[in-house]
Amino acid sequence: MTVAMRPAASACPACSAAPAAEALADAAQPSDVNIVLSLPSIHCAACISGVEGLLGATDGVRGARVNLTLKRAQIDAAPGTTADDLIKLLENAGFEAHELDSTALRATETDKAGRDLLMRLAVAGFAAMNVMLLSVAVWSGAEGPTRDMFHWISAAIALPTIAFSAQPFFKHAWTALRAGRLNMDVPISLAILLALGTSLWETSLSGEHAYFDAAITLTFFLLAGRYLDHRTRAAARSAAEELAALEVPRVSRVTGTSDGAAEEQVPASELAIGDLIRVRPGGRMPVDGDIIDGQSELDRSLLTGETRPIYAGPGATVSAGEVNLTGPLTIRASAVGRDTSLHRMADLVAVAESGRSRYTSLADKAAKLYAPGVHILSALAFAGWFAYTLDLRTALNIAAAVLIITCPCALGLAVPAVTTAASGRLFRKGLLIKESTALERMAQVDTVVFDKTGTLTAGAPQVVNLKDHARRDLGIALALAEGSSHPLSQSLARAIQKAGIAPANLSNITEFPGHGTQATWQGQTVQLGRASWVGGGESPDTCAWLRIGDVVAEPFRFADQIRDGAEALVTRLQQNGYDVILMSGDTTQAVEAFANRLGIPEWIAEALPEDKAAKVADLTVQGSRVLMVGDGLNDTAALAGAHASISPATALDAARVASDVVLLGHSLDPISDALDTSRTAIRRIRQNFRIATWYNIIAVPLAVAGLCSPLIAALAMSASSITVSLNALRLK
Amino acid sequence: MNVLAYLIPVSLILGGIGLAAFVFTVKSRQYEDPEGAAQRILSDDYDDHPKP
Repeated sequence: MTVAMRPAASACPACSAAPAAEALADAAQPSDVNIVLSLPSIHCAACISGVEGLLGATDGVRGARVNLTLKRAQIDAAPGTTADDLIKLLENAGFEAHELDSTALRATETDKAGRDLLMRLAVAGFAAMNVMLLSVAVWSGAEGPTRDMFHWISAAIALPTIAFSAQPFFKHAWTALRAGRLNMDVPISLAILLALGTSLWETSLSGEHAYFDAAITLTFFLLAGRYLDHRTRAAARSAAEELAALEVPRVSRVTGTSDGAAEEQVPASELAIGDLIRVRPGGRMPVDGDIIDGQSELDRSLLTGETRPIYAGPGATVSAGEVNLTGPLTIRASAVGRDTSLHRMADLVAVAESGRSRYTSLADKAAKLYAPGVHILSALAFAGWFAYTLDLRTALNIAAAVLIITCPCALGLAVPAVTTAASGRLFRKGLLIKESTALERMAQVDTVVFDKTGTLTAGAPQVVNLKDHARRDLGIALALAEGSSHPLSQSLARAIQKAGIAPANLSNITEFPGHGTQATWQGQTVQLGRASWVGGGESPDTCAWLRIGDVVAEPFRFADQIRDGAEALVTRLQQNGYDVILMSGDTTQAVEAFANRLGIPEWIAEALPEDKAAKVADLTVQGSRVLMVGDGLNDTAALAGAHASISPATALDAARVASDVVLLGHSLDPISDALDTSRTAIRRIRQNFRIATWYNIIAVPLAVAGLCSPLIAALAMSASSITVSLNALRLK
Repeated sequence: MNVLAYLIPVSLILGGIGLAAFVFTVKSRQYEDPEGAAQRILSDDYDDHPKP
């Protein structure tokens, strides 16, 4: 999968390192380059020493360090060292290597937020242990000056700890309050601050009850929940970033006049309208433009879903995202960057996305119900006790106890603990959960919409009518097909070789980019290529035509190969009661044949991107919850508009960004697992909410009645947090 | 009970040493590659000097 996404090999050795290094190369002082390579196949100590030893022994490499967890190598090299050289070196030694765009990885390398949270968690844990130790003495019956001293020491530990560790809660609560909203952090902050305040006051009056331990364990448990949440999302983000970084955004710009033309490698972002760009076979169009020179065929399947390659010659218009198949093309950029058709699609996505952003997560719903209730309950307890005893101290103490007991400690853990367990489980199966609410939304899905090309099909066509041809013809076709890098030719050559046929003896094999291959066989001209070039007929399928001498050309028909697990997935989904719909931009015949093959009753062909998005919106209006599975640019708006969305790792960057879940492997099988797991996860989250509520229902009356000692508060809180975490772990 | 005057500071200092050690490991980025660290110990390349 990663190989397919590699950009065209770059030729300019001086600039291939990294965009950042390029800028440095312009400066007078040559500086070191920083190369990041992805090494997907390394797995052991021997691999680490192998790679580091190999790189260390290379000229120009100043230092190399392998990170086995991320399966990456970080290399400091002298200027002039290129990633391509190092990749070749490693691949010769048997290590698969790909260049990563180091600027796109910047966010993962310095996971500052994660380290920050971990530090706060560690400080809170340290303080919680010490304060608990002192509290145990108080609970066992320490009295008089001893108890006061223990309370003061606890205060001395708790105050600075809360000031440092609880900052994330205070900040979130403050932003929510300023915006006039209530979130989970408001009752949390209020409980912590009120507990600290009343405890300080009690301690200064030599009182019996202080809640320093409760305030600090509360912070500790909640931070643990936050950290879990952050870890899950950071892992998904880092993997998603790596996918993006594999597409190093560099293009070759043609400079100079037509006779003395030179090429230079520049970042795609530096292109201007009117620039001439050379796109090699296998490369993707970086910009919209017109073809100036060269002939080739274009694969537009990612944009339109069409499987059949399109002929492209001088004067033809190309759009960003199309793949050049056979011959090198020179194009003049007519729109760059944000103006390309690729980016214009983003507007469509933005419109579609506004529907989804209205989704409120289970945790938010719970918080909306919970936060006002807690405050009202605590205020009522305060008012009631104040009216009854006219003693501010007792009333405040009880209000604080109510807030601590009801504080959503278990609620704060209920969702992150489950999503961490579920995401970890799905990641091992090859699914990357990008959005935090994706699991919840996937659990509600009842309709699954599939794109055809590249999603249900592997995007690799296979010849279906080999038997119609004579062995002699197959030998000629094989020899011709071997001379071309066109995907149809390569697939044809593989199929004929598998049938055990030797290539015929041809001379003068020449490839005509955009048309086909031609050669001489026993004095006759033989051709393999497009219908219009060799004089073939019309056909609804994707075909390559073989012509021998003056005989009428014969077609090789191709059908797209079904992706692994697609048939099983569709059957399983239908058995489980999901509505399955096929939606494609391909021709009606192709889509109909494919839908019949997979047994999908409902299908839509020749759908434009707008049609796809509109259909998804329609289904949503009718009350269905749609899961969209697609990979192309034409699916992007539908992916963003659907209730939940999945795209394979081979999809365009734009499609991956728009979807909630990325499928890392080749097989589609994990999708039904993902739906099952998400349902179990949501059940588990609801159970956790219920458990937390039961603890509250039992403990709150005690707190309101003024019977809640710090010991009971600590017990209720820890017990509910631990039960909730254990319940989440059952998911594994 | 006078022993408390020694024991409480002692427990706090011991805990504090643990906390400081943990903060040091986070700051020096020892959690960036846990799998690599587990594997590197099996190889004798770094017996004489650690990988910088």
